[in-house]
Amino acid sequence: MTYIPNTDSDRKQMMAQIGITDIEELLSDIPGSLKLQRDLNMPAGLSEMELKKLGIETSERNTSCHKYASFLGGGAYDHYIPATVGAVISRSEFYTSYTPYQPEISQGNLQSIFEFQTLVCQLTGMDVANASMYDGATALAEAAMMAAHITGRGNWVVSGCVNPMYLEVMKTYAWASGNHVLLSNRLSLRTDVEDLLSSIDRQTACVVVQNPNFFGSLEQIAEIESAAHEAGALFIMSVNPISLGILKTPGEWNADICVAEGQPLGISMGYGGPLLGLFACKSEYVRHMPGRLVGATKDKENRTGYVLTLQTREQHIRREKATSNICTNEALYALAASVYLCTLGREGLRRVADMCFQKAHYAAKNLAKQTNVEVLSKDPFFHEFVVNCNRSVDEVNAELSEHRMVGGLPLGQFYPEMMGCMLVCLTEKRTKSEIDAFVRVLAK
Amino acid sequence: MQPKDLMYTRSHEWVRVNGGKAIVGITDHAQAELGDVVYVELPKVGAVLSKGDVFGTVESVKTVSDLLAPVSGEIVQVNEKLPDTPEVVNEEPYDSGWMIELNMSKPDELGELMSSEQYESFIEEH
Repeated sequence: MTYIPNTDSDRKQMMAQIGITDIEELLSDIPGSLKLQRDLNMPAGLSEMELKKLGIETSERNTSCHKYASFLGGGAYDHYIPATVGAVISRSEFYTSYTPYQPEISQGNLQSIFEFQTLVCQLTGMDVANASMYDGATALAEAAMMAAHITGRGNWVVSGCVNPMYLEVMKTYAWASGNHVLLSNRLSLRTDVEDLLSSIDRQTACVVVQNPNFFGSLEQIAEIESAAHEAGALFIMSVNPISLGILKTPGEWNADICVAEGQPLGISMGYGGPLLGLFACKSEYVRHMPGRLVGATKDKENRTGYVLTLQTREQHIRREKATSNICTNEALYALAASVYLCTLGREGLRRVADMCFQKAHYAAKNLAKQTNVEVLSKDPFFHEFVVNCNRSVDEVNAELSEHRMVGGLPLGQFYPEMMGCMLVCLTEKRTKSEIDAFVRVLAK
Repeated sequence: MQPKDLMYTRSHEWVRVNGGKAIVGITDHAQAELGDVVYVELPKVGAVLSKGDVFGTVESVKTVSDLLAPVSGEIVQVNEKLPDTPEVVNEEPYDSGWMIELNMSKPDELGELMSSEQYESFIEEH
């Protein structure tokens, strides 16, 4: 069976139409030196039975967090995913559908997105949430873009403790849009607030902090928020949604825009993606919000119905004048997050957050007792903290791997002065015996 | 059909001149093409515009369109009622649907605008 429907005579006809005799002529602009001068090295096809065997053998060369105890965080987290999540999102009505482009015929899908938006608002304490973004990093960059459009200003004042991978995405967006990222210093493992505030002026579009920050530490939000608002800038927070089970919400902190990586809410780490961006803001800024937004309304018979609303901001209508190029969402993962939050409820989420917090502090306390490692996190932290191993982190992680553990994130790759340091993450999944075993390997 | 005392742009704004000041809105033809207007975004008083600058946007259920300054000048007043009652742009485009008032910096630019007759034939052709 061929997957290409064009016949040879179709192809000849098309080539005749555009005046070529050989398909290769379409590639004539590519220099010969860049072309592969041989056929692709593609093996012959396999039978279903052979293919399945190959797939299983290949996948067995990997391991997973079902087999290994993970202490790795830094953006994607190993939380327990209740069975309800898989049961709901694997229903084909959801699993096979894409973000609705004929919204009126996708009422069930729209309802699931509307409920997701409602949950994000309840979780973050914000007025309005969109149908989701690609991930936490692009959500943060889009938030800064939005602030630039609202304020007509071009400087993004950003904490130096924002996830360095998010910073790369922000810098790319800033470069392409003619805005500027002004990065603050760090003071130990928190934002150097004085330095951050010194960059805020009448050119500041937004002030951006992550809380808990990349190192797990809690920031001094109140000071930063008031300085941002005094200067007429927008205050943007990037948060960990699980932490909101026990921490003050961005709404309570008076954030104008709140973004988050939604992966901790019932989504597997999946080797780094796909992820889920949460995006919420104050209602006064709703018309500047990127992405799709589902609204609830009544039809002419007074029945509840769901619609895509404020679509006129989107690229397929505004074309080059759209302020964001996102015209889609992460519908299936938004649904996963909704099912996760509904399964846990308020109390369940609080308990997950509390367990993460308690286990991280138990681990840090025990590591602090060891003579050859040093816990660098002195400020309050949530479920991640920094340990100086005083030796190569790769070496430590190799030893942990022998004990069926995934070690922390080596920080030297982002901060040369932190060679030998790792970012350790504890979730509710880690048991006391796993934590004790982890401490023993690090203490060696 | 179009009020005789106004001047018009090719981007379907109208201008009412009052001394050195100019009041600007969108034409009846423009509002009819847009359909139900649901939101109007206007600039702040004090903003300085050059002819052709985007001074705001008008959003209908179908689309979002930019509003272009017909002449250069400084914004001295905006129609504060539009954010809450955007439907007046459809209902009374030449009266309560006005959008901004400019203090003209280059009144000569008025010469480049169309009369009601010229605008009438312009929209028939386009």
